[in-house]
Amino acid sequence: MAGAKATKAKVRLGDLVFSKSATAAGTLILITLAAVAFFLFIQALPAFLPEADFHSKADNPLEYVAPFIFGTIYGSLIALVIATPLAIGIALFISHFANRRFAQTLGYLVDLLAAIPSVVYGLWGILVLAPFLNPTYVWLNENLGWIPLFEGQVSATGRTMLTVAVVLAIMILPIMAALIREVFLQTPRLHEEAALALGATRWEMIRMAVLPFGRPGIISAMMLGLGRALGETMAVALVLSPSSIISFALLTSTNPNTIAANIALQFPESGGDYRSLLVGTGLILFFITMVINMFARYIISRRAEFSGAN
Amino acid sequence: MTTVSSALKASSSLPRWFNPAAIIAAFGIALAFDTLAGANDPESGINLLAVGFGGFILYTLTTYIASRSVEGSRKATDRMVTALVTTAFLIAVIPLVSLSYTVVANGLARLDVDFFTMSMRSVVGEGGGALHAIVGTLELTGIATLISVPIGLMTAIYLVEYGRGKLARAVTFFVDVMTGIPSIVAGLFAFTLFLVVFGPAGAINGLAGAVSLAVLMTPVVVRATEEMLKIVPNELREASYALGVPKWLTIVKVVLPTALAGIATGVIIAIARVIGETAPLLLAAGFTASMNYNPLSDKMMTLPVFVYTSYANQGVDAQAYIDRAWAGALTLMLIVMVLNLGARIISRVFSPKG
Amino acid sequence: MSKRIDLESLNVYYGDFLAVEDVNMVIEPKAITAFIGPSGCGKSTLIRTLNRMHEVIPGARVEGHLRMDGEDIYAADVDPVKVRRQVGMVFQRPNPFPTMSIKENVLSGYRLNNNKMSKSDADELTERALKGANLWKEVKDRLDRPGSSLSGGQQQRLCIARAIAVEPDVILMDEPTSALDPISTAAIEDLAVELKEKFTVVIVTHNMQQASRISDMTAFFNIAGTGMPGKLIEYDKTEKIFSNPSQQQTEDYVSGRFG
Repeated sequence: MAGAKATKAKVRLGDLVFSKSATAAGTLILITLAAVAFFLFIQALPAFLPEADFHSKADNPLEYVAPFIFGTIYGSLIALVIATPLAIGIALFISHFANRRFAQTLGYLVDLLAAIPSVVYGLWGILVLAPFLNPTYVWLNENLGWIPLFEGQVSATGRTMLTVAVVLAIMILPIMAALIREVFLQTPRLHEEAALALGATRWEMIRMAVLPFGRPGIISAMMLGLGRALGETMAVALVLSPSSIISFALLTSTNPNTIAANIALQFPESGGDYRSLLVGTGLILFFITMVINMFARYIISRRAEFSGAN
Repeated sequence: MTTVSSALKASSSLPRWFNPAAIIAAFGIALAFDTLAGANDPESGINLLAVGFGGFILYTLTTYIASRSVEGSRKATDRMVTALVTTAFLIAVIPLVSLSYTVVANGLARLDVDFFTMSMRSVVGEGGGALHAIVGTLELTGIATLISVPIGLMTAIYLVEYGRGKLARAVTFFVDVMTGIPSIVAGLFAFTLFLVVFGPAGAINGLAGAVSLAVLMTPVVVRATEEMLKIVPNELREASYALGVPKWLTIVKVVLPTALAGIATGVIIAIARVIGETAPLLLAAGFTASMNYNPLSDKMMTLPVFVYTSYANQGVDAQAYIDRAWAGALTLMLIVMVLNLGARIISRVFSPKG
Repeated sequence: MSKRIDLESLNVYYGDFLAVEDVNMVIEPKAITAFIGPSGCGKSTLIRTLNRMHEVIPGARVEGHLRMDGEDIYAADVDPVKVRRQVGMVFQRPNPFPTMSIKENVLSGYRLNNNKMSKSDADELTERALKGANLWKEVKDRLDRPGSSLSGGQQQRLCIARAIAVEPDVILMDEPTSALDPISTAAIEDLAVELKEKFTVVIVTHNMQQASRISDMTAFFNIAGTGMPGKLIEYDKTEKIFSNPSQQQTEDYVSGRFG
């Protein structure tokens, strides 16, 4: 081998090309996100000009979108109310209750729920779940109709907001359960053993060591689940019997539609300013989910900094 | 000292047979009640939801009371929580079972040769198939993979091997945010992008659909690849550097091969995730009854959209359309399951040794 | 080939943190030089500056001069990658490439750099390097098995074979036996003694017996306290360091009074 002064170049061409293309790819991700906002914005713009003409499908953009924003958030929140306790239960079951040997398989089983395409959920929701739940809706309406949520003329098909929320809850369960499980499994063993050494039962140990440690994880899982539910399209489009109203009633056949489902239903037949309006509603959905997701990620990243070692 | 102090004696506990017995009794009673309640109304069948709920409440209460009187309140609470947590898990499994059963039972009717060899061109009522949709799905997913794997791979390499400072933190953060983009927004994006660039005639086609899928797929590929690159031991990189191998060759020839199985698994899972996407394709690729092999022009059918439109736009012989929808759903589920299984096998068999 | 290494007022930094301060020493060719000292004294940091591996860590840098046969390897126009081709390194834990066979591991220094070589050359080099690492007899019938199929001690000798296959001038060993059992350790120590016939060998070790058994020269490093830089306390013939050191700290350390 000759002397060390073989090349003058401090940076090799290969290294330069490779690192630059890696950086470019990373930057492309940022550009894509910006492009999503940009292209949606310029296409939505005509709908918000005074001379916009929606051919009697809508009068005022904001009045048009209001019920859909309500429906999107309302349906997702109910889904979240159903899914959160279940997800925590599933996560606990797999991380602390189930037999160690089966835990991984059981986790895989729950993950399978995430692999099912949403259009299949939609078919199942409309043809199996809705008829299955409907007798219960009738019962709820007859006996608990004084609660505003259950009031009104009960739907004959079961294609109600509550069914949609149940389907959404099932769809967001796996991601929530997986994330919460992950956090629970990270509970420092020392804390758990300390609790057990004090003579705590399994539940007391979970309450003392696991749940406090996992709280940020639960919150961020809720946010991610919410983000998923807000954007879910096909299951809602298939299951819900949609209207353009703002109503809290869960069991009737007039339900506020969601932004995403409304776009899917209306877009193929739309044109002109009305299409722009639909794009505009998509932009609103994009921003809502962005905010929720950023909040969720913020919580996770803050936690990652706190725990240091992990 | 031969006597055991009372503090150390095992406290009395419920017999082992108690748990199964309580479960059987609780659900038996709930079933009986439901049958009795329905007796004066012969129309109504058994309401499984009511039986399940009633049985669960009965079981939990009985166990709690029995355990509290024999084992004390702390053990009783523990048992109650165990019941709750197990139930939560079972509740998640029920839809999985029901869904799989429904799809298989309804899908088999039309899972015939025609389904895989014919398109829906000039088919009204019975017959026809989803070949055009299957071809479309394969083409679009393939193109989306070709777009998102290089970008995702290089982004992950950037994050793990090069990224420092503000840009890297921004990319990490926004990759996470990007995983949360609603699929319909991805579809709107591809549509508007193609509308602006190619005009109304070129807005809806296979390529636009593929772009929308790539937007959804890339962050998944980045995340999976990043995880895999991170677990490649730093010692291997150092060994390579110490041999006088430049950084980029170290990444290409040492780091990537070591992580290859994991990356392949991640890519397949990402494919499985987007192959069932309906909403973005409905907007960006449209739908058609005819075969279209060319992703660069005209609308292209895909399997999820086929399922949706078959159900949503039923023709005269409604059952034929519903049957086709289920057969499409079954095909889609099979593809997704095969992909997931394949991913698992790859990660099992090729996971790095040592 | 074997080169003399001159360290002249060398300061080693991690960012703003000065890890090793003002080292001046001459590492002799065809000899084993051992770096000893308590944990955190900077001996591993220092050995990684000898092949410019130190700067792989972000923010890490070096001040001062480090000459190999008179040539400053930290000069502005020197390519660190080329330096590493002349200085082989063996790490604390055996790290054969898990995706490669035993033979591919030996040839990795060439193959990873896209250098083509004929099959007969490759076979010859494999045999020579494995013989040089005292591993040939044990693995000659299974050269195509994965490198990770070997025992820990064999893996470490495979890593040595990999390092000497590229025909370096210097071999650095960073606690090469700390993860090995006593029998494998003895094999590595024997090998190190053989290697000094051809190479400059520098070894970092926690094990003072090891240093006294195999090294010709010994450098003792110490730190005044956590957060303080490591310093070269004494550097001399191994016999002198272990029998009659001139510094009190060295005496305390080699006699087992601390560290």
